[in-house]
Amino acid sequence: MSLTTTPTAAEAELAVQARQAQAASDGYWAGVFKRVRRDPVTIVCAVILLLMLAAMVFAPLIAPHDPYQGSMIRRLRPIGTPNHLLGTDELGRDILTRLLYGGRLSWFMGITPVALAFVIGTFFGVLAGYAGGKLNMVVMRVTDVFYAFPSVLLAVAISGALGAGIENAILALTLVFIPPIIRVAESVTQGVRNLDFVDAARASGAGAFTVVRVHVLGNVLGPIFVYATSLISVCMIIASGLSFLGLGTKPPEPEWGLMLNTLRTAIYVQPWVAVLPGVCIFMTSICFNLLSDGLRQAMDVKG
Amino acid sequence: MLYYLLRRILYAIPIALAVGFVCFMLVQIAPGDPINAIVPPDAPADVVEQVRRDYGLDKPLPVQFGLWLLKVVQGDLGRSLATGRPVWADLSTGIANTLMLALCASLLGFTLGCILGGLAGTFRGSVLDRVAVGTAVAGVSVPHYWLGMVMVVIFSVQLNWLPAMGAGPGGSADWSWDWEHVKHLILPAVTLSVIPMGIVTRTVRGIVAEIMNQEFITALRGKGLTRWGVFLHVVKNAAPNALAVMGLQLGYLMGGSILVETVFSWPGTGLLLNSAIFQRDLPVLQGTILVLAMFFVALNLIVDLMQTALDPRIKRA
Repeated sequence: MSLTTTPTAAEAELAVQARQAQAASDGYWAGVFKRVRRDPVTIVCAVILLLMLAAMVFAPLIAPHDPYQGSMIRRLRPIGTPNHLLGTDELGRDILTRLLYGGRLSWFMGITPVALAFVIGTFFGVLAGYAGGKLNMVVMRVTDVFYAFPSVLLAVAISGALGAGIENAILALTLVFIPPIIRVAESVTQGVRNLDFVDAARASGAGAFTVVRVHVLGNVLGPIFVYATSLISVCMIIASGLSFLGLGTKPPEPEWGLMLNTLRTAIYVQPWVAVLPGVCIFMTSICFNLLSDGLRQAMDVKG
Repeated sequence: MLYYLLRRILYAIPIALAVGFVCFMLVQIAPGDPINAIVPPDAPADVVEQVRRDYGLDKPLPVQFGLWLLKVVQGDLGRSLATGRPVWADLSTGIANTLMLALCASLLGFTLGCILGGLAGTFRGSVLDRVAVGTAVAGVSVPHYWLGMVMVVIFSVQLNWLPAMGAGPGGSADWSWDWEHVKHLILPAVTLSVIPMGIVTRTVRGIVAEIMNQEFITALRGKGLTRWGVFLHVVKNAAPNALAVMGLQLGYLMGGSILVETVFSWPGTGLLLNSAIFQRDLPVLQGTILVLAMFFVALNLIVDLMQTALDPRIKRA
């Protein structure tokens, strides 16, 4: 019995080793991709987000109506009206069309601040984490001050003081998301800074810039990126919230948060039409959240 | 321990000052002359100049900050441009209303979150766990101002069970604990509780799962302790972290309730901020933000100290 099983066990062992070697030679990203592919939730979320993106990009081709053109005699039609599948708003504009176009601004305002904060926050965080000492103290104490504001309050305060407008809202949101990214970047960098291979690079004469560019950034960008993707969902909610308060986009621009705001007056007339833009915000936000969770697991980022 | 206590309190002072500076700068970054934050735009030129000198707005910025700070410390937040009343007069009732709403929402969210998270952490991988994790993700992803609208559609428009707006019958702002008033509190509090519910569920699930994997739980079970007894041990170990998360959530809710308050016309700081933004009433905007941010700083400090006191495992020197 043992004679017959031993070779197969050895073969299995060899096969496992070969597969591991294959996986290792495929590299880190191939492994991440493989793990993502086996995660149905992440895939579904990614597909939904891609479909939404495509719908927004090709909005002029699919949208049945003009997003700005209203009609006084067709105001506040219910869901399922012929020719207006999702009804019309308080100015008689087609809701489906405005949702398709509205996603452009909502997504832009949800992603741009996080992208900007990712670049700026990574810069300062890696700088503080790698340099240490006084520089670290200055950067981290300034970060602490902005941490002392609840994020929604800070966003409302800055864009409220600057006045309504997309640029001001984006500026406010970027400022809100820089401190958390600095904190993550700093702590990840500190973890990498004292590892042996960084010491080795330094010992073999690499300058600070080279060490950071080649050895530190390569190891910290992944975790910081995953963290940043988890912020997109929050950012989209706050950005649409600012528009909902009248601080972001201005009418007649189609944007989900602003649509929610103007449709709120119609809540007793067409309640289910009035809540539609929020469904889009919710769907986007939950998909980004789940996608970020999936990425975190696939990339094996702790925390 | 005492040394840590003192150091932590001392550290909060520069943070509070810096937060004050940021609030001071809010008026400075606002487009237009900061003098417009004090006098109405149609005031005659000589009055404007007089006020400028009175308020020290002709002096350099650091001096201005010092003067402003001196007033704030004495409780003078300036006067509202819209009503002419002292900012603090409107703010104090607003703070009380917002605090009540945030407290109710926190308690509700904390209770639900602990139950869901505790069950999920104990029965990891079960259907219950999946439901709890799903609820938690939905809770942190939902735009709560939209959830508020959906609540209004269901419970006010369709079912006509609960009022959609205000804090009392006939728009009265005086609060009392009777059904007519509590009725107004239910929808906004439930809406606002969704975020802490999601976050507490996530946190408690993680903590409980970690505790359940530790050897002392196996040991307790091994010596024949009842389920209830084991449960008490888990609670004792999980409480400091869960409470800390909850304490911070209360602060986030205070600052973040502006959106929900707008939906329900709840007469709190959020509604105050909202009208201040639209009337460009910068003193009210600045004062409200300052008080809310200071509240958050104080809460951070309290949570930190409480956690240290509750959890002997945390040794801070």
